[in-house]
Amino acid sequence: MSERRITAGAWSASPVILFLLIGFAAPLAAIIVFSFMPPRTFGFGGQPTFENYVTIFESTTYISLLWSLGFAAMTVVILAFICYPVAYGLVRVFGRWSTLVTLLFVIPLFVSENVRLYGWLLFFIKNGVLLGSLKSMFGLDLESILFTRGIVLFGMVYVYIPFMLFPLTLGISMVPNETREAARDLGATRWQVFREVELPLSLPGLMIGSLLTFVLAVGAIAEAKVLGGQQIIPIAHDIEIAFTYAQNWPLGAALSVLLMLIVGALVLLVLRRVDLDRLLGRR
Amino acid sequence: MAGPDGVILYLKGLTKTFAGHAAVDAIDLEIFEGELFTIVGPSGSGKTTLLRMLAGMEMPTSGDIILRGEKINAIPANRRPTCMVFQSLALFPHKEVGANIEFSLKIRGVDPATRKRRALELMEMLRLPESYYRRAVTQISGGERQRVALARALAFDPEILFFDEPLSALDYKLRKTLEKELKDIHRETKKTFVYITHSLEEAMVMSDRIGVMRSGKLVQIGSPQEIYSTPNSKFVSEFIGDVNVVPVTVTGDRKLTSAEVPGEFRAPPIADGMKDGYLVVRPEFLRFLSEPGDADNHVAGKLYNEYALGSRIQYHVRVGEMTFVLEKLRHEAFQGKLDQDVLIGWDAADSIVVPDR
Repeated sequence: MSERRITAGAWSASPVILFLLIGFAAPLAAIIVFSFMPPRTFGFGGQPTFENYVTIFESTTYISLLWSLGFAAMTVVILAFICYPVAYGLVRVFGRWSTLVTLLFVIPLFVSENVRLYGWLLFFIKNGVLLGSLKSMFGLDLESILFTRGIVLFGMVYVYIPFMLFPLTLGISMVPNETREAARDLGATRWQVFREVELPLSLPGLMIGSLLTFVLAVGAIAEAKVLGGQQIIPIAHDIEIAFTYAQNWPLGAALSVLLMLIVGALVLLVLRRVDLDRLLGRR
Repeated sequence: MAGPDGVILYLKGLTKTFAGHAAVDAIDLEIFEGELFTIVGPSGSGKTTLLRMLAGMEMPTSGDIILRGEKINAIPANRRPTCMVFQSLALFPHKEVGANIEFSLKIRGVDPATRKRRALELMEMLRLPESYYRRAVTQISGGERQRVALARALAFDPEILFFDEPLSALDYKLRKTLEKELKDIHRETKKTFVYITHSLEEAMVMSDRIGVMRSGKLVQIGSPQEIYSTPNSKFVSEFIGDVNVVPVTVTGDRKLTSAEVPGEFRAPPIADGMKDGYLVVRPEFLRFLSEPGDADNHVAGKLYNEYALGSRIQYHVRVGEMTFVLEKLRHEAFQGKLDQDVLIGWDAADSIVVPDR
């Protein structure tokens, strides 16, 4: 038997492994450990306790959690309805204009999310771009829709469009064109072709897009802050408060762990129900 | 209006141009009720475009498609009583074998019990085990997928079935089996089949009639026997297997000479006014001679090589720059040594002279 040696593969992977250990695993471990420390302590030396978790369930924090989960779910549903036609157009209808349309969706990503949200703030604010113009041109004096729940949802939908659009585009482009033609040839109307063939075959793209936007939207905070005033408090806001104002790191850590557990469980549940390989026809 | 009796599909000046280029160029064709018609041509000859127009997936640029006396040019694929088996088969990967076969019935709103009964009937006819009903189409073999695609098309109960080279992706042995199976299915169902392929050999096995296509035009239409023994051009004659094609000049009444092969040859009747053309002799009509007088025509050459083709043996004989191909049945094998001087010949009646088209 030869002695154990580190293979070339392991050597090549080591920088990435090291980076992941320091940049991803270590902070995660720190958060988990912190969530079991006594409240308002700032070190790992305390006696482990469940007190933080008890605090969460005794307080009204669950409301923030429900807001976040609910808004994320609504964002996903609205995005699915908005993005499916656009993605379908990108793949099948727009032809050489597809690149231009894609760019229109990608370019805003180069600007910081906060800057874009403040742009919408200026647009919707009283006497701002929209209401100011309406007032001076038509004499209409309307109430601003800023600082409502609706505008928060609008902001989230706006910010997460690309994360739904591009997986969907990929999903739709993977539907073999001949299956469409075959379905049509076998008597299906355009709607039946969509329901029986295109939609089920593009589901993997829809699933991936939905998971991606859901996970991102659960952690959304800027939309509620910038556009929503104090109308809703998302869970990310509670976590931030715990770590900053309240100076209660263990509570913030416990909230983070709880959020990760819930999102992780949901993702696993969906991935288990939906067999991506089977949907893609690989098995 | 209507074509002659017994014509199911009548094409009149059917043309399709893409960016100024005619992929299908003014095709006139009658396809008869219940026949198995094969369109054969090399890739790029326009045969797939032609079939797609017939199935309603491509709109003709000009000309008419007339189905049983009714012009169907503008009727979309889903409202035509025809069905296509695709080259890729285009099975629905997310549906089971049964659901694939039943697709058209489900679309028509047939109840699930009737659908299943019909699917199982078709599966039995195509020798697919009943247990495959619930099997994923991605879990069965290439030949079985082929049968599912055919069953799916038959479930639609079309007036005409179109086939777009469905066997081209399969290995040789399976292809040979399925060619015959397809012809048997044709016999069983008595439906009109229109088949396209690039293999004239495949077309020979199956077809009642064959149309040979080149550069968007049908250059010859006839029975397999006619296409094989009386091709009307060099192109058609060279399309199937090995054949001897000698460039010739007509020198007199049924007399030919060739720049490639010495001597003067007796020819079959030649079309009036033909000056230059090609003499075509099939390998099985060439034979080894012991005396020059044993055949109408004779050529001296050297035996270059021999090849066993199963039931037949093929010989290559070099005459100057040309190689002649001869075939004999195994039990009639020619006993000769390589590089031996041989005399080969053929009768005028076994040859034809075709123009260079």
